[in-house]
Amino acid sequence: MSADAHHLTGHGPETHDSHAHSEGGHGSFGSYITGFVLSVILTVIPFWLVMGNVLDNSLVTSLVILALGGVQMIVHIIYFLHMNTKSEGGWTFLALIFTIMVVVIMLAGSVWVMYHLNHNMMPMDAHDVMNNAR
Amino acid sequence: MMHGETAPPGAAAPVFYQTDEEGHHSEGSTMLGFWLYLMSDCLIFATLFATYGVLGRSYAAGPTPKDLFDLPGIAVNTAMLLFSSITYGFAMLEMDRDRIKQTQIWLAITGLFGVAFVSLEIREFVHLFHEGAPPWRSAFLSSFYTLVATHGLHVSVGILWLVVLLVQLRKHGLIVENKRRLMCLSMFWHFLDLIWIGVFTVVYLMGVLE
Repeated sequence: MSADAHHLTGHGPETHDSHAHSEGGHGSFGSYITGFVLSVILTVIPFWLVMGNVLDNSLVTSLVILALGGVQMIVHIIYFLHMNTKSEGGWTFLALIFTIMVVVIMLAGSVWVMYHLNHNMMPMDAHDVMNNAR
Repeated sequence: MMHGETAPPGAAAPVFYQTDEEGHHSEGSTMLGFWLYLMSDCLIFATLFATYGVLGRSYAAGPTPKDLFDLPGIAVNTAMLLFSSITYGFAMLEMDRDRIKQTQIWLAITGLFGVAFVSLEIREFVHLFHEGAPPWRSAFLSSFYTLVATHGLHVSVGILWLVVLLVQLRKHGLIVENKRRLMCLSMFWHFLDLIWIGVFTVVYLMGVLE
């Protein structure tokens, strides 16, 4: 079955590619250094933004550091985990995309639903709690 | 395509494919399987992040992130984990060149950075306990400890795994099995660094912001 798949995609380049990957699948010195330098930059900027109170608006700051965190994750995936669309015939990439999809739905959905739930609840502060307990 | 052309279309061809597939498969399936494990681990962290996202502002009139978190300390922690990532990368490069001594040295350095990270985290937790911020103080603290300690536990297990592999390397050298194990741990280690990006961004930096 997978032999068929190899025939369809062209056996020669496929074998060559996967072979090269299994031997040099950890990237080069240069790619590790690139990833490291990018990570340092993408780590220092959010810490600097928050610790130095650079932007007055905290909403803007949180959006910026979230974006920088996302970019740094991608940098790690490419330069440290050596993810690409080709390795293992694309299955690792497919699994990654699926996981990201589930994670985004779960995170965004949970926060969204629970935020609205909190909003629609009757206000209940410490005073009410004590009255109810009595 | 090359095999199809060179091998005669008789009984020899399937055997040729068979060995080729086997050799490729046993190596590849471990990596793919371990990757799938990492993805499932990612879901565990995602649920913990979601829990923190929902409960992270429920202080129950207790201490807030602004009162508790020490950002310079977290920056040092982050640096430890990032350094350990690059030193593990160097270990993998030495492994590719079959230089066992250098591989062991870089792995040992990686382990030390890992130990530094876990020690700093434990010190932070002890400090928080003294500040009157144990997990049972508020929903925020419960979700905070669950998320951060789950990550710390993963790093601790990674260090244990690293020590086991160092022993294996000393006993058996850079054999194919050990290389495969080192590659799995490499993925695990870099994955934990990736999760930490989420932790310091969402928990520490954004916590201090509001």
